Amino acid sequence: MTADLADQIWAALGTVHDPELDEPLTELGFVSTVDQTADQVTVHLRLPTSFCAPNFAYLMVADAHDAVTAVAAGRVVSVVLDDHFAGEEINAGVAARHKFGSTFARNEPGEDDPELEELRRVFLAKAQLAAQDRVVAVLAKSGHDRDSIAAMTLADLPDGPEVARMLARRAELGWSVDAAEPLLVGQHGRAVHADEVAFHLRFAATVRRSIEGNGAVCRALLAARYGPNPVRTGSVPQAAAQATLER
Amino acid sequence: MYEKDGEKFFIVDGHVHAWDAGPANQANKYGGWFIDCFYDYHTGFTHPDYLWNKEQFYTQSEEQIMGDLFERGYVDKAIFQPTYLKDFYVNGFNTTEQNGVLAEKHPDKFILNGAWDPRDGEAGLDALEALKERYDIMGVKLYTAEWKGDSKGWKLSDDWAKRYLDKCQQLGIKNIHVHKGPTIRPLNRDAFDVADVDDAASSFPELNFIVEHCGLPRLEDFCYIAAQEPNVYGGLAVAMAFMHHRPEYFGKIMGELLFWLGEDRLLFASDYAIWQPKWMVEGFVDYQIPDSITSGDLNPITDQAKKKILGLNAAKLYNLDVPADCQIQSEEKAPVEEPAIS
Repeated sequence: MTADLADQIWAALGTVHDPELDEPLTELGFVSTVDQTADQVTVHLRLPTSFCAPNFAYLMVADAHDAVTAVAAGRVVSVVLDDHFAGEEINAGVAARHKFGSTFARNEPGEDDPELEELRRVFLAKAQLAAQDRVVAVLAKSGHDRDSIAAMTLADLPDGPEVARMLARRAELGWSVDAAEPLLVGQHGRAVHADEVAFHLRFAATVRRSIEGNGAVCRALLAARYGPNPVRTGSVPQAAAQATLER
Repeated sequence: MYEKDGEKFFIVDGHVHAWDAGPANQANKYGGWFIDCFYDYHTGFTHPDYLWNKEQFYTQSEEQIMGDLFERGYVDKAIFQPTYLKDFYVNGFNTTEQNGVLAEKHPDKFILNGAWDPRDGEAGLDALEALKERYDIMGVKLYTAEWKGDSKGWKLSDDWAKRYLDKCQQLGIKNIHVHKGPTIRPLNRDAFDVADVDDAASSFPELNFIVEHCGLPRLEDFCYIAAQEPNVYGGLAVAMAFMHHRPEYFGKIMGELLFWLGEDRLLFASDYAIWQPKWMVEGFVDYQIPDSITSGDLNPITDQAKKKILGLNAAKLYNLDVPADCQIQSEEKAPVEEPAIS
C-alpha cells in the first residue's frame, strides 16, 4: 500500500461528515479498515449502533464512495458498511449508484431523492447555526456585547477556524458568503431581525450543545460496541488512529 | 421513596419494561441485534457498580424486577411502557399483555400503559376500546417512526392519528407518550421529527403529550416546541443515564430543558432494565451542573425542581396520592427568563 495513496484516501474520508454530528468520519472512529491493491480500494465503515437511521447511514456511505473515488486514480472503489440492519441494501444501493429512495423501494435506479437532499440541508443548517454560536462565543470573549454582535457583517469577523467552519457551512448550503452579509443568520438563511436577536442567540447555543452532546453519545456507544480500541487493523495511518483514540 | 439530608423524594419511574429478549424468543437476527443495541447503551453509560453481563440483560425474573425497582431502587410507582416488536420477537418484546401480568399482581406498584398504531384503522380503534375495558389504561406509548409493511412511519398530525387521539380523549386516556429519540429499530427520518407533536398538542389541549427521551438527539427541536405548548412534557428516559459517565453533557441537557420547559414538565425515568433506578435516583439528588459548563444561561437545579422531576410531576399526570411529607411545603418560584419566540 503506497503511503501517498493511503494518506490521500484518509484525507478524502476526512472530508466526509456525519451529517448529524458535523464531524469527519475519520475522527469519529467510523472508519474501520482501508485496503488497496493496484485495481481497487476497499473501505469498511461502522456506526455506533446497528440501528442508526438508514438515511444518515446511506448519506455517509455514498459521500465516502464519492470522496474516495475522486482520489482513487481509476481503481474500483468499494465502501462497505458493516454490522448495520440495512447494511446490505445500503452497500448494494451505493455500489449501483441508486438513490436512497430506490435503494429501499426498489424503484428505478437514478431517481432523485428530494427527501434525502432535504435531510442533508436541514442538518447543514443546524451545523451552520452551531458554528455561528461558536463564532459569537469568540467575539463575546474578546469583549463584544450583544448589540455589537447583532450589527456585524462577515467583513467584521476575525480570521480563525470557527469563522472558517461557519463560512464553509453557508457555502455548502448555497447561501451568500459575501462580505456584506450579516453575521446572524437563521436556520432558513434569513437575516435575524433586531427583536429576534436574543432568542436567536439562545437557540443557537442550544443547537450547538445538542450537536456536541450527540457526538459524545455516539462516541460512547461506538466504544461500547467495538471496545476502547476502535481501530481494527494497521491499514489505517497510525497517526490518525492515535488521534481518534485520544479524543 | 428516597430520603437524603432530611428531604424526602417521592419517586415515579416513568418508563420501565419487563422484557424477554433471550435467544429462545428472538424470531430472527434482528431480535439479537436489537437487544445487543440496548446492551451497548447499558454498558456505555451504566454506573459501573450496576453492570450486568449479557445473560442477565436478556430477561429479568419477577423477583429481580421488584427488587431493582421497589426494594433497592426507591421507586414508589413504575409506569410500564410497552414495546411490541412482534417482527423481532416470537412473543413480542414487552407487550401490554406481558406487562399486565405483573401490573395486575402488584397494582399498588405499577401503572400499565397501552399502545396503538393508526395504520390499524377501524380495527385498531376497536382494539383500543377493548384495551381500556380490560386494563383501564390512562396512557399509551406510541412509535411514530416504526416501519410497517410499505409504510415508513406516520405522524401525530395524520387524519387517522387524530381519530385515535380523539378516541383517547373520549376514553379518558389522557397521557400520550411518544417515542422521539434514539433509533433503536428500523426507523427513518421521521424518528427525528418532533414537529407533529406541536400540531397534536395544539389540536388536543386536554391531552398530555410526553415526548420520551426529550427528542434526543433532536433536543433543540423538542425544546423549541415544548416552550410553546403547555401540554408537552419531556420524558427523561435515556437522558438520565448520561449522569454518571457524561456529567457535563447531562448538565447541558438539564440546563436546556429547565430553561425552555421549566421544572414542572420533566419526568424522571430509568428505562429499566437498560439501567437501574437506584444509582440514578441517588445520583440525581446529589447532582449539580458542573462549574466548567455553567454560563449565564444555565441555572442550578434546586431541590424543589428535583422533587418535581423525580415524582411530583408524574403524580399529577397519573392522579397519584403523594404522602404529605414528600410534597413541596411552600412553592418557590424560580426566576424564569421566558425565551421570546417570534
